[in-house]
Amino acid sequence: MNDMIYPVAAIGVIAVVTWALRAVPFLLFGSRPLPKTVKYLGRVLPPAIMTVLVVYCLRNTALRYSPYGLPELAACVLVVVLQIIRRNMYVSIIAGTACYMILLRVL
Amino acid sequence: MRELRFAAKNTIPIFFTYLFIGIAFGILMSDAGYGVLLSTASGLFIFAGSMQLVMVPMLTSGASLYSLALMAFFINARHIFYGIGFIEKFRAMGWRCPYMILTLTDETYSVLCSAQYEPGLDENRAAFLIALLDHLYWVFGCFIGACAGQFLQFDMRGIEFSATAFFLVVVVNQWRQYRSRLPFLTAAVCALGFYLLLGKEYFLIPTLITCLVALFLLRKPIETKEGIRDE
Repeated sequence: MNDMIYPVAAIGVIAVVTWALRAVPFLLFGSRPLPKTVKYLGRVLPPAIMTVLVVYCLRNTALRYSPYGLPELAACVLVVVLQIIRRNMYVSIIAGTACYMILLRVL
Repeated sequence: MRELRFAAKNTIPIFFTYLFIGIAFGILMSDAGYGVLLSTASGLFIFAGSMQLVMVPMLTSGASLYSLALMAFFINARHIFYGIGFIEKFRAMGWRCPYMILTLTDETYSVLCSAQYEPGLDENRAAFLIALLDHLYWVFGCFIGACAGQFLQFDMRGIEFSATAFFLVVVVNQWRQYRSRLPFLTAAVCALGFYLLLGKEYFLIPTLITCLVALFLLRKPIETKEGIRDE
């Protein structure tokens, strides 16, 4: 039973820190009416955050050695092109992921 | 029922991502000697992919609770920025509000950002179901990985790209919805600049802070372009 205390405490600590971070904006502004600046930021932050998240997801791409990030590049281009032409999220995601998984094994 | 169908349809890409990353986490946990219960509890309570994956080697090396808390802070600090756009929406959701706040992951955030609610749909109910389904996929993945990891012998390398692809799709759709290009360009320049400057481990938080400040300073041109006026 004793060896359960450490992992349980660890999970608890991590959960509480993560919850606190997620709650920060809500704790800051409570139930007061939102300042205009915050409303403005709430509107323009999503496209900025999503753009940053794409870079964040690709951060482990190996650029210095073979295949030099080629699977990532090809799959990303495919997703963007398909999404522009077909406008179907499922087609873009499935084709892009399949392309990535294949190139990862072939190259 | 319509809301559930809507939520399921909008979270399909997340289903695959969460299931596979969750399974990967469950396998790591069981390889490290931690059982199904701890694996599932991590998914249920922490619900943050990269942090959970980092946690496993830290647990096996007996890292202190303090260093675990610090690591959780640095890896998940990006979540601070997610709530900003949802303060009013979540507040209006009553009893569901705390749950929405605590389960706001990268993926749930991006689904909520991109969901196009059909007329006649109960938006609050639909948003709640999106968060709930994502959470269930994740917990299910962690559970399956921990129980059946050793029996799953598929080579699923690269499946995690489905999350990247989903985020890209959201950006392409936002590119259509927003008239101003500045939020995208600011983010791209900051992200790449800090990536080159600080490296892959440390670029995220400086990037997000700089974006916040830059967008604050660019308010005039962006609002003019977007057609927002001060009332």
